[in-house]
Amino acid sequence: MKFFKYIIQSENGLHARPAGLLVKAASEFESKIQIYKGDDIKKFDEGILKSADAKGLFSLMGLNLKKGETFTLIANGSDEKEAVLKLEKFIKEDLHL
Amino acid sequence: MIVLKGIGVFSDISFGTLLIKTDINEGISKIHVNDTEQELQKYYLAKNSACEQIRSLYEEALQKFGTSEADIFATHEMMLKDKDFENTVLDIIKNQKLNAEYAVLQTSKQFSEIFLNMNDEYMRERANDVKDVSCRLINCIQGKKEIREKNIENCIISATDLTPSEVSELHKQGVKGFVLSEGSACSHASIISKVLKIPSVVALREQLKPEYNNQKVIVDGISGIVYIDPDEITIREMSKKKAQNDEQKNLLSSLKGKENITKDGIKINIFANLNSPEEIDEVLQNDSGGIGLFRSEFLYLNRNSLPTEDEQFEIYKGIVRKMGSKKVIIRTIDIGSDKRVNYLNLSKEINPAMGCRGIRLCFEHPEIFITQLCAIYRASVFGNISIMFPMIISLEEVAEIKKYIKEAKNRLSERGIEFFPNVPIGIMIETPASVFISDELAKEVDFFSIGTNDLTQYSLAIDRQNGKVNHMFNMHHKSIMRMIKMVVDNAHQNGIWVGVCGELASDESFIEKFLSIGVDELSVSPSYILSTRKKITEINISEIKDNILKNI
Repeated sequence: MKFFKYIIQSENGLHARPAGLLVKAASEFESKIQIYKGDDIKKFDEGILKSADAKGLFSLMGLNLKKGETFTLIANGSDEKEAVLKLEKFIKEDLHL
Repeated sequence: MIVLKGIGVFSDISFGTLLIKTDINEGISKIHVNDTEQELQKYYLAKNSACEQIRSLYEEALQKFGTSEADIFATHEMMLKDKDFENTVLDIIKNQKLNAEYAVLQTSKQFSEIFLNMNDEYMRERANDVKDVSCRLINCIQGKKEIREKNIENCIISATDLTPSEVSELHKQGVKGFVLSEGSACSHASIISKVLKIPSVVALREQLKPEYNNQKVIVDGISGIVYIDPDEITIREMSKKKAQNDEQKNLLSSLKGKENITKDGIKINIFANLNSPEEIDEVLQNDSGGIGLFRSEFLYLNRNSLPTEDEQFEIYKGIVRKMGSKKVIIRTIDIGSDKRVNYLNLSKEINPAMGCRGIRLCFEHPEIFITQLCAIYRASVFGNISIMFPMIISLEEVAEIKKYIKEAKNRLSERGIEFFPNVPIGIMIETPASVFISDELAKEVDFFSIGTNDLTQYSLAIDRQNGKVNHMFNMHHKSIMRMIKMVVDNAHQNGIWVGVCGELASDESFIEKFLSIGVDELSVSPSYILSTRKKITEINISEIKDNILKNI
């Protein structure tokens, strides 16, 4: 399992356009990729925090992530290391999220 | 005639026949099927053709409008292909053994809910995108082509809400406007109709009654008003409003960003008069060079107590910021006993025009004056402010004003509040007295602004409100032009500039005269800025100047 945390800087939050692009980018990987609202890792396992499948548009938009909110992206699978590296860069530099 | 109010989407007016559109989902029934394989096949085929349709809409939007509008359809494609969405549809068909169109409808409702429950307007609007995709899918399942109604050219479509695809499609068929009971200024349907330049009114908050169908209707996207079965007067008014709006738009496209310069290279500033903060957008849209007369009276009228310093500061700051580096000339409170400001308890005067008004009232009520000055100086650090004082007749008054300014600055310094110390100070020239001592006044201030209405009233001794004499209220009177020339000459000799901010400034027949005399700035109503600019660019001053000056 690999993960990173991210605070949304974009004025509009995770809108349809960036969400769509993120879904496309996440779908490139074999690994299961999930996004959790929040950054308390312990709570993930307990299933308390709301999570979304990063490969599903509705699921992702359902998180309703806004400016200033933190999310954690977790990848699980054969290419998890690469997925986390590339997606973090993509979110920061291409989506300007 | 029925008049309904909502939010206007595109600033134009259309006339047409009302066509009420019923919801496409009506009439889809729940049918149990034995052959679920066949329903699954129907779904997959429909998904493919829906996807093709969306792609061609995407390409079209990309070419016609640009990326951000095209992205709406890119999102639709992703929704259509979303695994969660698809699995829900398949699950309903397989496990509940139901027909494909009903499965899509149910799934659509379920996924719309996700967005409808969010506390964010943008996200709630996305429910409409889900509906759009689902309608397209259902149409494909049922083998229907795109929504194509009979001869809807020149119709105004009324609906609860429309999907972006529908707006785009209806526009192709020649629809002239939309009237939606729901939606908002930021729904995708609104965005598309703005791009397509279709006047629409949304968020009416009520459904149009079926009996309005086929009635004449006018959609005023400028004011956000819908007129159903309009009367003759309204039709005439709206036709006029549309003509003016069209002319303004033509002017705007040909003159926006251009200089106010005559054929022979004489430049002049055209600023706007601002009567209330709401007008600021109009000021900016019409490409004004600044605000030449900010009538601060509106801060004091229609209320029960004096505006506080903070309240005034916020309003000045807001306007100054919007104007950026452009000049904003704030005229201090100009009211008298003729204005109903009950909380000031002003005693009745027989002749208020010549009574305690303008600067005289400020000296009578020093706290009101200082509070306003403090608020203006506080706002001065946020932009390019100048202050102007009304109803001046003497040098002593100017000296007195400077004392008040000093006091206001001292108070701000004591409170540790930042301000710009060298705000330009100007006075209104609107009394004959100020005209004749303008040579001396010019040494004391940074600019003059001539108020032609009052100057005419006081010079000709004619009360405009008096029906017996107002036919003689002649702004073309030679004396007025001579006075303006005198003021301009005195100002220029002392190195200061002069503006004209009365009604005359926007009178086209006077522009040649003002340019010949050498007026530096004209302040007009926002809607006159571009027509004034047009007039200026058509003039050759060197050809007419001598003749005009000879006749003054």
